[in-house]
Amino acid sequence: MNILIKNGHIIDPANKVDGKFDLLVADGKIAKLGKPGSLPSNGAEVIDAAGKLIVPGLIDMHVHLREPGYEYKETIATGTAAARAGGFTAVCCMPNTNPVNDSRSVTEFILSQAAKDGAARVLPIGAITKGSKGEELAEMGELHDAGCVGISDDGRPVMSAAVMRRAMEYSKIFDIAVISHCEEASLADKGVMNEGFVSTELGLRGIPNAAEDVMTGRDILLAELTGARLHICHVSTAGSVRLIREAKQRGVKVTAETCPHYFTLTEDAVRGYNTMAKMNPPLRTFEDVAAIKQGLKDGTLDVIATDHAPHALDEKSGEFDAAPFGIVGLETAVGLSLKLVQEGVLTMSQLIERMSAAPARIIKSAGGTLSAGAVADITIIDPDVEWTVDASQFKSRSKNTPFGGWKLKGRAVQTIVGGRL
Amino acid sequence: MALSTKDLLGIKGMAADEIKLILDTAATFKDVSERDIKKVPTLRGKTVINLFYEASTRTRTSFELAGKRLSADVINISTSTSSVTKGETLLDTAQNIEAMKSDIIIVRHACSGAPEFLAHRLKSSVINAGDGFHEHPTQALLDMFTIREKLGRLDGVTVAIVGDILHSRVARSNIYGLATMGATVRVCGPPTMVPPGIEKMGAKVYSDMDEAVQGADVVMMLRLQLERQAAGLFPGVREYARLFGLNRARLDRVGKNAIVMHPGPMNRGVEIASDVADNSSVILDQVTNGVAVRMAVMFLLSGGAKPEA
Repeated sequence: MNILIKNGHIIDPANKVDGKFDLLVADGKIAKLGKPGSLPSNGAEVIDAAGKLIVPGLIDMHVHLREPGYEYKETIATGTAAARAGGFTAVCCMPNTNPVNDSRSVTEFILSQAAKDGAARVLPIGAITKGSKGEELAEMGELHDAGCVGISDDGRPVMSAAVMRRAMEYSKIFDIAVISHCEEASLADKGVMNEGFVSTELGLRGIPNAAEDVMTGRDILLAELTGARLHICHVSTAGSVRLIREAKQRGVKVTAETCPHYFTLTEDAVRGYNTMAKMNPPLRTFEDVAAIKQGLKDGTLDVIATDHAPHALDEKSGEFDAAPFGIVGLETAVGLSLKLVQEGVLTMSQLIERMSAAPARIIKSAGGTLSAGAVADITIIDPDVEWTVDASQFKSRSKNTPFGGWKLKGRAVQTIVGGRL
Repeated sequence: MALSTKDLLGIKGMAADEIKLILDTAATFKDVSERDIKKVPTLRGKTVINLFYEASTRTRTSFELAGKRLSADVINISTSTSSVTKGETLLDTAQNIEAMKSDIIIVRHACSGAPEFLAHRLKSSVINAGDGFHEHPTQALLDMFTIREKLGRLDGVTVAIVGDILHSRVARSNIYGLATMGATVRVCGPPTMVPPGIEKMGAKVYSDMDEAVQGADVVMMLRLQLERQAAGLFPGVREYARLFGLNRARLDRVGKNAIVMHPGPMNRGVEIASDVADNSSVILDQVTNGVAVRMAVMFLLSGGAKPEA
């Protein structure tokens, strides 16, 4: 089936395209870009995208799909349906499933489920160490060969600097990104929120910024030592932004991501013991939020990812200490991120780049572009539509969001994966 | 008069006249416990549940006696004998209790915010009997009652709170309450056990105990949890006692006849010397007053008539 998308505003940062064009999709690939009205429909399905943005399919490089093992929270089917509803054509799924994705068999299971039930592309991330225990390296060659696009012990950071060093060295065989959840466990200890005045008032154990920054610093130094490609997950602190900026200036091969909640909310969201505002790393302060925005603006932070972390409401309902960390993000990311454009932090083109071309570059995916011949992964965004977040309408199996009831402006209205509507 | 809220979750946000109402009401209840027949019919027919998820002797007994002296039916549930060990959720347990028609549920829990979580979901009045490191409002009320009883006022009084401020719900509730009532609050402890931003709650921070207690009207010692040593928060009991313990010599240096308080249970010879505890403290008065204060709180939350004291 061919598709002609007419009258839209095309933004393709990889090709520096930002203007009114029509776009023809043929046989699942991008066929042609042309002046408005210049492309004949020739029986193609015509989409009138007047007033809409046509952008490369968005890629979320940090998602927890929970399958295998935690299907009551999310499955590959429901998670990719949520991705597609939120405008993402591809998601990277983190390996902290049960069993951990530390072997070919788990990777192949994920890919076969995705092929069967997936509404969006699934690009697995393999574990750095066996069982994500931080001890022995997982078989990186096999994981890479099976289709993993990065390695990470997300959620269980590698505590041994020596193990991390060896993982980075070994990763160079495959030129695969080592994706680090930066958290020094002894500093984070049993913390459940940001350490500061709010944790003092609420009597909750705090996680200092230094718990993140110490590890960011360590991993940057190890990347410098090894020459490996380091990608830092979910940056939440001003200190980590500063360390990454300095490292980039020195020429270290480091990239980094942040998440919508880290530039939207502060620790104050926890007040009232709101478990929907419990995540790891924790929501920080106004100063950190300002630094995250600056980091996105100047390119220190390359990527916006969601860290989509589904949990059942039963798990999130109860004592704050007992609730699991994390929130769902796939279906609110575009609306929340568009605020950065509305506030003048990013241009629309910069925002789209950080959600498509940049993650594609890091995971070496062919997506993230509307170049002729590329797979037709396309997201159509209505930047003006006003809507209210209603978790009960989420495609995700889990509804754990702190943004319920928020009024947002702009959302993805159509997500085309491989030329399929 | 009654309290405007359904629950008593913390001192934070309470107005001075609400605190004063509780203290004044407690004063009228205090002599009930002094009588030969220690009982008034005020809460007859009401059901009070002590739901304790953390070990406690003093506080649980105090609430139990307070309820019984008001003629309420009081039931105690502690974790060791409840279905909690079978993995029932906090809310399920509380809802099952409420289904048996409780009027007041008194909650102690190791997790900060647990009483607030229940209060928003139950029709019963919830009284926080201590949650994590958050608040212990009835302890602060009985402390303020005792200070007012001994010194005649709270306004203008200087109180030094010494010890593990970080993990202390007693300290937090007292800082809020004392600051609201016009007292000056100093906190003192090793910097490893003083939480960030505590000064924004209205307390001045000291790490030198002699300086902290200098000229204070009240010295309030906090219990040191000995397991904090294993967590690396202080080097040892010996040094702790030397730097942050209240002994006779240090008390003499305060410069006036300060009253000495401790919420209990004490580590004798660690944060407080036996001589000070036994001869120069109001610790047992605090315990006595606790019953009266808790009677007042239950009475006022029940929105009842005039105290039949």
